[in-house]
Amino acid sequence: MTAEATDVAAPDTRKAGRAVYISAVVLLCAWVLVPLYFLLINTLSSPDTVNSFPKPAFPEFDLGSLTFFANFAGMLTALKNSILVAGLTMIMSIVVGAPAGYALSRFDFRGKELFRLLILLTRAFPLPLLALPLAVMFIQTGLDDTVFGLALVHTTLAIPFAVLITFSLFSGIPLELEEAAWTLGCTRLTAFTKVVLPLILPGITASAIFAFVISWNEVFAAAVLTIENRTLTAFLLQNLDTSPLHLKFAGGFILVVPALIFIFAVRKYLFAMWGIANR
Amino acid sequence: MSARFLPYVLILPVTLFLCLFFLYPFVLVAQQAFSTGSGFTLDNFRDVVSYWKFPTTMTNTLLLAAAVVPVQLALALLMATMVNQMKRGRDLILYVWTIPLGISDLAAGIIWLAIFEQSGFLNSMMSGLGLIERPTNFLSYQNPGVVFLAIALAEIWRATAIMLVILVAGIGLIPKEYYEAAEVFGASPWKRFVRITLPLLRPSLQTALVLRVILAFEVFAVVAALGGTLFPVLMGETYAYQFDLLNSGAAAAMALIILGISIAFTLVILRALRVPKGASI
Repeated sequence: MTAEATDVAAPDTRKAGRAVYISAVVLLCAWVLVPLYFLLINTLSSPDTVNSFPKPAFPEFDLGSLTFFANFAGMLTALKNSILVAGLTMIMSIVVGAPAGYALSRFDFRGKELFRLLILLTRAFPLPLLALPLAVMFIQTGLDDTVFGLALVHTTLAIPFAVLITFSLFSGIPLELEEAAWTLGCTRLTAFTKVVLPLILPGITASAIFAFVISWNEVFAAAVLTIENRTLTAFLLQNLDTSPLHLKFAGGFILVVPALIFIFAVRKYLFAMWGIANR
Repeated sequence: MSARFLPYVLILPVTLFLCLFFLYPFVLVAQQAFSTGSGFTLDNFRDVVSYWKFPTTMTNTLLLAAAVVPVQLALALLMATMVNQMKRGRDLILYVWTIPLGISDLAAGIIWLAIFEQSGFLNSMMSGLGLIERPTNFLSYQNPGVVFLAIALAEIWRATAIMLVILVAGIGLIPKEYYEAAEVFGASPWKRFVRITLPLLRPSLQTALVLRVILAFEVFAVVAALGGTLFPVLMGETYAYQFDLLNSGAAAAMALIILGISIAFTLVILRALRVPKGASI
């Protein structure tokens, strides 16, 4: 009865609701894109325009700022280092972290709460001061100023994310699905690979994004632990204090571009993660 | 392998990793905080807390977190439910909304600097509309409110996507049958959101909030790019102690203070959004 009554009165309200909904979507898209567009204008304008007032509404497609930035020695090496460290971090944090997420969601064992607390504690600790004693340890083991050494520290940062997110995702998959697979002749391992893994893969991808992003964004451990092999963020930070506006904006743009590509590359996994809802 | 030992085998790699790269350096830092060279002392903490800037620093950090996190939670929930109802163009919208996910805090600070700096886009637009005669220097000590607003906006702009993806993943795991059943019984969209989405989303909400709140206390690069020394925050002061004043004991003490606040808030969130045993979907 109630449902019918609302349906009769609905058309006008529904139309208005639809308009509000669409304008909200457009507004939220603009909220994300407009600041990026401003950065684009600044990056594709000549250094003189970047430092002048008022700013143009469209980029003048002058590569002056970018050329200025690219001529900074060491830029490309820094970019390569950043990608290597982030990639290593992504792989290590998932390989090490996801099994623990599964254990947390499926088993009750002694010390579980202690383990969870350890995980959260890690994330709660400010990283750079963790990097300082590690710098000494790395010099002793020959890991100082290497991509792998920095990736280890970034993995420490990313692991709590990996564990917490996979825990949350595994918790959302009913144990009954696995139990059904066991009764149909699967072992624990095959039940996992054939039933749980396909359901969880998009979520794993999402958590891999976090690992990559954490490493890509990280500045201070990178600045502390590398000297010759600087990552892009550490390299930028080192030169930002003294740099003019156009170098800052070009640098910010270079930091953003790989992020755009990366999110674009995994968008279908995000969409697939979404697809779980329609099963 | 027996189910008794399996969980321990699964958590062993993480545990080993964290012992070596977290607990060990953590012990070293704690040692630094509680010593000035000769035995156990609280001098470092006394120095840090009695410094005239400390109350401002603490208030700034907490205020920023209090302003940013609730807005992000509401925004992420709104966006996640909107994406959930989308029929056309949802992958495009999802892509656009998750763009900030990949953007570093340093870059986000620079982006909002482009808007708020003296020759920036906010001033350009205001003068274009004839609202002002000459550009104002927003990011100066004369405009503490604008500095706070710029930092808060940059943080909201950058870090809402992290919560959004976790929540979208979580909503995706809620069986559609619950919503269909609710619709049969005539539940309004709002009621469905409050009675189905929110309770079943609890594990995801827990994760998203813990991550965001802790990160909010660690805010640094955005503040450095936009406010510099105008808006001192806990992490910024920690760096100043470590790298400018070369006082690693005081820096370690600051680190332990940030750690204490983070743990306290984490425990509160875990407690408030506890997932009852056997109540998962």
